Amino acid sequence: MLEIKNLQVKLEEEDKQILKGVDLTVEAGKVHAIMGPNGSGKSTLSYVLSGKDGYEVTGGSAELLGEDLLDMEAEERAAAGLFLAFQYPVEIPGVGNMTFLRTAVNSQRKARGEEEMSSTEFLKVVREKAKSLKIDAEMLKRPVNVGFSGGEKKRNEILQMAMLEPKLCILDETDSGLDVDAMKLVSDGVNALRSEGRGFLVITHYQRLLDHIKPDVVHIMYDGRIIKTGGPELALEVETQGYAHLIEEEA
Amino acid sequence: MALPQPKQDATEARIAALSLPEGGWSAPARKDALARLRAMGLPHARDEYWKYTRPETLVSAEAPKASVFDSGEAPIFGERDRLKIVFVDGVFDAEASDELALEGVEIARLAEATDIHWAKDLYGTLETNGQTPVERPLAALNTAFASDGILMRVTGKVAKPINLIYHHKSESSDAILHHVVKVEEGGDVTILENGPAAARFNKVMEVDVADNAGFHHVRTQGRDHERRAATHIFGRLGTESTFKTFTLTVNGVMTRNECVLELNGDDAVAHVAGACMGDGDFHHDDTVFITHDAVNCESRQVFKKVLRNGATGVFQGKILVKPDAQKTDGYQISQSLLLDDDSQFLAKPELEIYADDVACSHGSTSGAIDEDGLFYLRARGLPRGIAEDLLTIAFIAEAVQEIEDEGLQEEIVERVEAWLLRRRG
Repeated sequence: MLEIKNLQVKLEEEDKQILKGVDLTVEAGKVHAIMGPNGSGKSTLSYVLSGKDGYEVTGGSAELLGEDLLDMEAEERAAAGLFLAFQYPVEIPGVGNMTFLRTAVNSQRKARGEEEMSSTEFLKVVREKAKSLKIDAEMLKRPVNVGFSGGEKKRNEILQMAMLEPKLCILDETDSGLDVDAMKLVSDGVNALRSEGRGFLVITHYQRLLDHIKPDVVHIMYDGRIIKTGGPELALEVETQGYAHLIEEEA
Repeated sequence: MALPQPKQDATEARIAALSLPEGGWSAPARKDALARLRAMGLPHARDEYWKYTRPETLVSAEAPKASVFDSGEAPIFGERDRLKIVFVDGVFDAEASDELALEGVEIARLAEATDIHWAKDLYGTLETNGQTPVERPLAALNTAFASDGILMRVTGKVAKPINLIYHHKSESSDAILHHVVKVEEGGDVTILENGPAAARFNKVMEVDVADNAGFHHVRTQGRDHERRAATHIFGRLGTESTFKTFTLTVNGVMTRNECVLELNGDDAVAHVAGACMGDGDFHHDDTVFITHDAVNCESRQVFKKVLRNGATGVFQGKILVKPDAQKTDGYQISQSLLLDDDSQFLAKPELEIYADDVACSHGSTSGAIDEDGLFYLRARGLPRGIAEDLLTIAFIAEAVQEIEDEGLQEEIVERVEAWLLRRRG
């Protein structure tokens, strides 16, 4: 589903190589986790895949379902089925959450040549999905993420994911800033979306999230590369022993 | 002190191009205004108060031509139940207007009114008060030479809005209108204004809001590219009264909107807000002067400007808190969204406070579209254009929300959306 080959990325503004040849394949129906110390390039990978400005791809490729991701605008990638749950969801004063969601859903539908969702249908679906994430009507009415707590912001990300029904979901440190209960709620939301046709790339620092969202494959990223790939046990190893021994092995 | 010769010459040239309406109850006020105008002279580019806006085209003897622009869109407020009063190039259009009768308000035309006691006391009075500490010569000119206007005395809660509708049909029209609104104790009225009034428009609205009375004002100035306008609102607020005005301006080569308010009664509330959308040859100036002269009053100034392709926005806003105006709550924000490097925003926020127990805040910012917000929206599938429009609407939202009536808020937002959509093509 997602195929990344030898991806090399530097910052546009300065001569700093962040990704130094990332190889990664995420299959449909699978959950891949990426762990790694701060500054290893995990978030950069998520931004580059979703089309954020400020990065220059100096080599390699990234394809989603056979389509060249790197050649697309951010909105085209979204319509093609890519979704990034932000580590820091952006506050947008003045834009109602509901308006935003509906515009997003219908923009993607339009881009794919599908029929737009009517407002009654949209309302019905959004209420249902919001309910399971304990997002109340008030939160739906408020401006996007404005005044939301950390947990509310992350739940709002998952609601967007549920509404947009992407093919590949990237979760960038979705566990950061969450208490135990919120993590459970968010994880349940993610697990409800797991399906045969959908792949996940979960970026996290902690094993804890992976207790809730059980990965099929775990990658360790360090200094712009994937240095080790293994099963769920690799995450447990990191939890107890840290990254040092893995990094030494690599060196 | 004698005026500098060029200023005096310019003023006399302008006066010579006009004729003073003779006789009637307003004659003394007009004569007085003319004398005051002669003493102060019309604005000149070197005047401090006109530092950011060139007054030449607003004061010239002849109005610069402005071709008539048909936006092709249905006029705003058209779906609403309201009392229509129509002016074409500054001339009252009786046929297009409703009968000037509505429960809770007496309505008369300035050009027709026989001796109206209340209007006689008010016409030019608030304008005169508003000439200190800063002179506003175009308003004095208006009081002297206004050809018509609407006089409204509000005695109760008026059930539907009064809509002043302006049409610009002649390329060289030069209209001067003067409206007077007196809201009596307990009265409440909403006045809507829309449309470009003339090639050049000089308008004054004097609004006297008595104790416990309410005045609501929403206007759009018309999508007419070449038109010019200098408008003044002079307001006086009584105890526990409310005064709210909002203006949406899209297009217009030259607009100067001044709002001069005096809060004279305790616990009064004044909100002055505006949003403008400028693209290309566009100059828009909001000049506001709010004087707090009573205890526990609130004033808010909220101005948002969206500028691109070399458009210019100006904001001069002042809050003056007199020594006895304790517990004043004054807020002022002026912001511009600059969509390219060619556009500019010039702001002069001022606070002058003589009371010691007040809360006044002000802020002014200029910025581009928020890149993080833009990426967030695009990452959810919104095309760049739609995402930018949404962020633009979000930018002006704080100003639009100053309008009390939510239906009117929506109508204003729809106008802006339509404008943005057309710009995107």
